[in-house]
Amino acid sequence: MDGNGVDGVTDNLDLYRQMYLIREFELACGENYSKGLIRGFLHLYIGQEATGVGAISALQDDDYVVSHYRDHGHALARGLDVNRSMAELFGRATGTSKGKGGSMHLFDAAKGFMGGHAIVAGQLPLAAGLALAQQYNDTDALTICFFGDGSTNQGLYHETMNLAAIWKLPILFFLENNMYGMGSSIERVRAGGIDFYPGMATYGIPAAEVDGMDVLAVKEATELAVARIRNGEGPQFIEAKTFRFVGHSLADGQKYRGQEEVKEWEDRDPVAMFPAKLIEMGLATADQIAEIKAEVGEAVATAVKFAEDSPEPDLSEIHDDVLA
Amino acid sequence: MPEIVLREALKRGLEEALETDPRVFIMGEDIGEYGGAYAVTDGFLKKFGEKRIKDTPISEQAFLGAGIGAAAAGLRPIVEFMSMSFTLVAFDQIVNMAANLRYMSGGQISVPMVIRAPTGAGVQLGATHSQSFETWLAEVPGIKVVCPSTPYDALGLMRSAIKDDNPVLVAEPALLYGVKGEVPDEYYEIEIGKSDVTREGSDITLVSYGYGMRPVNDAADTLESRGVSVEVIDLRSLSPIDMDAIVASVQKTNRVVVVDNARRRGGVMAEVTADLQQSASEWLDGPVMRVGSVDVPWPYNRGLEREVLTDTDDVLAAVAEGYGL
Repeated sequence: MDGNGVDGVTDNLDLYRQMYLIREFELACGENYSKGLIRGFLHLYIGQEATGVGAISALQDDDYVVSHYRDHGHALARGLDVNRSMAELFGRATGTSKGKGGSMHLFDAAKGFMGGHAIVAGQLPLAAGLALAQQYNDTDALTICFFGDGSTNQGLYHETMNLAAIWKLPILFFLENNMYGMGSSIERVRAGGIDFYPGMATYGIPAAEVDGMDVLAVKEATELAVARIRNGEGPQFIEAKTFRFVGHSLADGQKYRGQEEVKEWEDRDPVAMFPAKLIEMGLATADQIAEIKAEVGEAVATAVKFAEDSPEPDLSEIHDDVLA
Repeated sequence: MPEIVLREALKRGLEEALETDPRVFIMGEDIGEYGGAYAVTDGFLKKFGEKRIKDTPISEQAFLGAGIGAAAAGLRPIVEFMSMSFTLVAFDQIVNMAANLRYMSGGQISVPMVIRAPTGAGVQLGATHSQSFETWLAEVPGIKVVCPSTPYDALGLMRSAIKDDNPVLVAEPALLYGVKGEVPDEYYEIEIGKSDVTREGSDITLVSYGYGMRPVNDAADTLESRGVSVEVIDLRSLSPIDMDAIVASVQKTNRVVVVDNARRRGGVMAEVTADLQQSASEWLDGPVMRVGSVDVPWPYNRGLEREVLTDTDDVLAAVAEGYGL
């Protein structure tokens, strides 16, 4: 059980398994943050699971995945080791970055997971550069770059869109529009409303909007965009409308939005609703769902135990990995 | 030995890398069709084509960031800035990404990238085009910084920078592009982090780098003519700094003046001064004397700019004040 979306044969049950894994992982993170075992800033992906899982399920092994500071979901969907991911959050030597990265900086280069980036919009040109290398090396691989609505008011948003478009880079810009940049509603901080995808016409980048709460719709939209990119059609853009059910970070009391709004989105919770849909479609049985829940529950409990039991990094490692 | 100008030395370093390593490519503003603001890449587009010589939009953050991504994926990008002052626009990418990526990924990702930028004042470009931010970046762990003062060093350091698996900033003193010097046909490299004792002496040590070597060499000539034996050290690398060589020289001369062409406050020579204070004070007959340009925004007016810039008289004044020589 590794929540693996890398093998390219992700079926619908896998999609559910991954979403449920992310949800349980995040709940466990919140719990251990309260206990003081996870420190720093902790941004949970709860509510947005369908976007990351749906999108990453449409990728190949040799594609790159680039994420923002709310990166646990993308990391797990890409198949990062659950134990080592949790250990990184605990700051332990067994963590994906040996305890030096933390929640916002998860990496697994072997799986093409190139971070976890915590300067808003800072990951956009990095992703463009990865795509540039893929183009340079004449491969059919591509880079998917996740970013939030908050990053769209940074200059890099424009700079990178333009650069990717003029160089026809094999990159999928994947906007997770969860309606809030920290405590600022996108309506308050953006001129022109809450839809970003129409603006992509400026760059000549084909853009689509998708329901970010519907994992199958996200997967389908991503498959379409990915096919175009592999066909040499250059950058594509997807805007998924989604929502985090929890605060920006664990330090957020959510004074800036009402409970009704949260409730409205929670009613469309992809993790809660997908099993019924699968059963209704005849693609899963209640027993299978129960089995997945049990498996995932155990995997997350094991990960927490693994992290707790792992050693702290040795102080002698302070100078390691500054330079190659 | 054949003589070439510093611009040609840099060009040779870039050209041979493009010829021998297919992972190497160059990008920057107007480096292709235009030939480069300082003509270092002139003719490259025709010779190597658009794939290897990439003209970029005026988007310093984006193309520097794209260089980081390409390097993280295994290519060896060389990114040119039109001015060191413009690196400021991309500092977030240089520091938060290029320099931090390896550490925060636990060693999984390296960024073998060269950043080139003309640096320094002296041609009346005013406050926004005359700054020397290599001194700021020399403070950042995870990136190396070099600054040549001769064509020989420019080629040797460029070769090492391109082969290095880390981000390396090559600060190219803009006033020295046309300076001539001997460069052998035989292949050589200059190790990053090693300084060069360019003149041996026993009475006083002068330390500088880049364009600062010019007033230092002139001051050394003047002092020699007065019978003072001067040792001169060219740092070559600002990060890491070759403190061992400076301390060894001070142990011999017991006197030291450190000279920066950039603004005096902060900077590389402040670091050298502080280190010497701790590790060599017992050898010193006087204070570590620090010379640098005046701490004001760079003025446009020729007379004002010259007054601000570190010059030979500033160096000689510090030698006299500190050691009575």
